[in-house]
Amino acid sequence: MTATNHITSHCVISNNVVYSNGLPVFENKDADAGAFLLSVYQFLEVKYPKFYKMDNLSKMGLLAAEVLLKNNPISELYEENEIGIVLTNANSSLDADIKYYEGAKTVASPALFVYTLPNIVIGEISIKNKFKGENAFFVFETFDAAFVAQYVAYLLNNNILQACICGWVDLLKEDYKAVLYLVEKRESDVSVPFTVENINKVYLSDTEKPGNDIGA
Amino acid sequence: MKSVFIVADNILSPVGGTSAENFDRLTQNISGVKQHAGGTRSDVPFYASLFNDDQQFVADQNNHTKFEQLLIASISDALKDSEIDCADKKTILIISTTKGNISMLETAADDPELNNRIALSTSATLVAGHFGFVNQPLIVSHACISGLVALITGMRLLQTGQYENAVVVGADVITKFVLSGFQSFQAISAAPCKPFDATRDGINLGEGAGTVILSSNPKYANGIKLAGGSISNDANHISGPSKTGEELFYAIKGALKSAGIEPEAIDFISAHGTATIYNDEMEAKAINLAGMETIPVNSLKGYFGHTLGASGIIETIIAAHSLQQNVIIPTKGFNKLGLSQSINVSHELQYLPLTNCLKTASGFGGCNAAIVLTK
Repeated sequence: MTATNHITSHCVISNNVVYSNGLPVFENKDADAGAFLLSVYQFLEVKYPKFYKMDNLSKMGLLAAEVLLKNNPISELYEENEIGIVLTNANSSLDADIKYYEGAKTVASPALFVYTLPNIVIGEISIKNKFKGENAFFVFETFDAAFVAQYVAYLLNNNILQACICGWVDLLKEDYKAVLYLVEKRESDVSVPFTVENINKVYLSDTEKPGNDIGA
Repeated sequence: MKSVFIVADNILSPVGGTSAENFDRLTQNISGVKQHAGGTRSDVPFYASLFNDDQQFVADQNNHTKFEQLLIASISDALKDSEIDCADKKTILIISTTKGNISMLETAADDPELNNRIALSTSATLVAGHFGFVNQPLIVSHACISGLVALITGMRLLQTGQYENAVVVGADVITKFVLSGFQSFQAISAAPCKPFDATRDGINLGEGAGTVILSSNPKYANGIKLAGGSISNDANHISGPSKTGEELFYAIKGALKSAGIEPEAIDFISAHGTATIYNDEMEAKAINLAGMETIPVNSLKGYFGHTLGASGIIETIIAAHSLQQNVIIPTKGFNKLGLSQSINVSHELQYLPLTNCLKTASGFGGCNAAIVLTK
């Protein structure tokens, strides 16, 4: 029998809207990806100057994590090496790759080159929040809830982690979608079980009418 | 949990085309690193371990890119020595790479069709189709620890019984995209690299592929066991390693714990040893924190260069063959220790009984990984 873990918080960022636990909390309809992410940063009052030097993928992942952690002070509950991050996407770091190589045709920029790896978004979230546990980045053609469920459950059930931020962060030019889940062993008033069904429900929640029951 | 064993392996590098050939040449101090004229990759000459431009990797190229041909050629050779059935539902393909087909950006304008061709899932589907894998392949892209993350992922999928066999392959190709980036960081040495040496001044890049076939089937219990693994993050800087080495130490501790092995039982450490000032210093600190400073340590970057997404796999294979043959490969390029804390760098072939090996890696994004191999 496998232990049940719980989605204690989730965040979706897509199509110029930010959703926290299923509810839209911010919208900026006419902005392009860069301007939209900046407006989210300002809305959330993050106050983290490193944000400005990040590529759009890292910006989006960092902001989604901010939403996820807003009312979940997991750093007070767990040790730094008990909190980890497992992310997936389809386009790896291609958005940053294209920008880096355009620039490199004249002068190669180390500040852009460092973002040509998809796991840098994990590094940025880890630095901001001092998370030092297991981390991994996988690439899939489309979101694979079953894999995320299995991999993260292994980490929690074997006590490698006590809390894990996991999900999907994909961005290429103006197409983007982030769906992050905070998964813990504990239940909360708003948590839902960390099952493939619930993971998929949250993943698709931005494409459905509001009011569906996805808890957390 | 089930035990996981190495069934077969392959290294395809400028040093040689099989694991045995590569291992043999390393014992003869033969390196793939040499100076290259600039050409399409660079405006200036540079040292790297590169395949010859006219080298054939597979008989039928089938519109596969060099990256995909390396994967296919490496997997084919590893499979040849095994009875593993790719079409078995209990077999999964795991691919490790940092940049895959990114060189396509160098010669074509970016458009949706090109972006789709570059996508790692496109390569994974082509390679999986070539061998008839029935399960969707997994792709790991986690900077310079990708190879170890792929091995750890494979180990876990087998330990839990979700699969019985995992074909874990890694490859990266060195083109202008990657080389220009490392050059912009001033991270490339102007000479053959010198891991852990007092005069080290940067890395050499390398091309290559490596395949490790893992199985939980007890009939392979005579093979080297992948006994444990762990991953950590520095949470310090995206392009500079930890100042303390504490987080790589976490990964080492986690790997030993999952393998059920005490630090003193480790006979040698296959380190990342990129020959940058800061990486090697950080590793020395982590090894000291683990109390392993007297255990022989080597870096293989002087033979293969830094093969990025393939490095964790290639270096694990050499470590496994070291365990089997009871010989530690020396650290090519190392002469005089230049670290704030002492470690025992292997600098000549050492023949001694070997049972357990620790393999580590670290990379951009502050990531660290460690695995334990046992005989």
